Amino acid sequence: MIALELLASILADPFPEGISHYAVGGLFVGLGVAVIYLGTGRIAGASTFLESTLSYGSSLSRFQQYRPSRDWRVVFTLGIVAGAAVYAVTVGDGVWTTEVQAWRLLLGGILIGIGTRVGKGCTSGHGVCGVGSVSGTSFVGVATFLLVAIGTAQLVMALGVVP
Amino acid sequence: MSAEHEAHPLFLPLVFAGGLLFGFGLGFSHMAQPEVVLSFLQLRDLGLLFVMFGAAIVTGLTFFLATRFLGDAPLTGDGYGRRLKALDRNVLFGGAIFGVGWGLSGICPGAAYASLGIGNLPILWGIAGMFIGAYAQGYVRSASDEPRVVGTRAGDD
Repeated sequence: MIALELLASILADPFPEGISHYAVGGLFVGLGVAVIYLGTGRIAGASTFLESTLSYGSSLSRFQQYRPSRDWRVVFTLGIVAGAAVYAVTVGDGVWTTEVQAWRLLLGGILIGIGTRVGKGCTSGHGVCGVGSVSGTSFVGVATFLLVAIGTAQLVMALGVVP
Repeated sequence: MSAEHEAHPLFLPLVFAGGLLFGFGLGFSHMAQPEVVLSFLQLRDLGLLFVMFGAAIVTGLTFFLATRFLGDAPLTGDGYGRRLKALDRNVLFGGAIFGVGWGLSGICPGAAYASLGIGNLPILWGIAGMFIGAYAQGYVRSASDEPRVVGTRAGDD
């Protein structure tokens, strides 16, 4: 029953907001990775920042392997924050705040922190850089987290958790 | 403190510029808004597919052309390579845990940093959670890795 409703909703109007801002945004994301890659040979994923930054304050052996890249990863992340701020004050709608509840953000964040690090990448590492590298591992990684995330979001919605 | 390969004066400015484009794109695509990501995962708006594939096409073309036709990267002298990781159980196990977190919250690492940039302060709950999770897995894995990693990796920079 739920599957039928899903199918109906997908077929009804898969892109109610259009696709242009999604595609243009994606091109900018790819361009950011490409600029860094062409200049430095480094492949910038967003989740390694978590472990590399922890190496400043923790002597755990797991984090020490990221010491050589930790400085530029901080700069990359500051650039992401600044780039989104530029969007917000230029073509965007200014400051925006989520309605999603704090417990969902915190618990989701903890699982993301564990999962992306154990699973060797996130939506940018596997999804953009890995897929762009035609990496079989990344295709498997993307398929795994995409399907599980869709299932989870459906379950959360079915349980009536809003927002 | 910087590693030797970061000595070029344009290294960090270029990384920052790349981050700017990356963050601008995440803002422009609305992926920095958990509600939009959730509407994608709930299959109500599939437009987000164009973000990931649009980006992957640009990086794919760049990686393909650079590895074939370019020599070494100008700012580091490093060769160009692809992002290849070994496929093992961790990719499935970690990917599934990430998937539950993504589906529950509508955030992922890059989009969360970008969300902070559009003034979304509640996202700090998510970013704090990511660091807690990353630390927890590092704590567990360091305990099992200890004898091997300390000797070989600690002095890299």
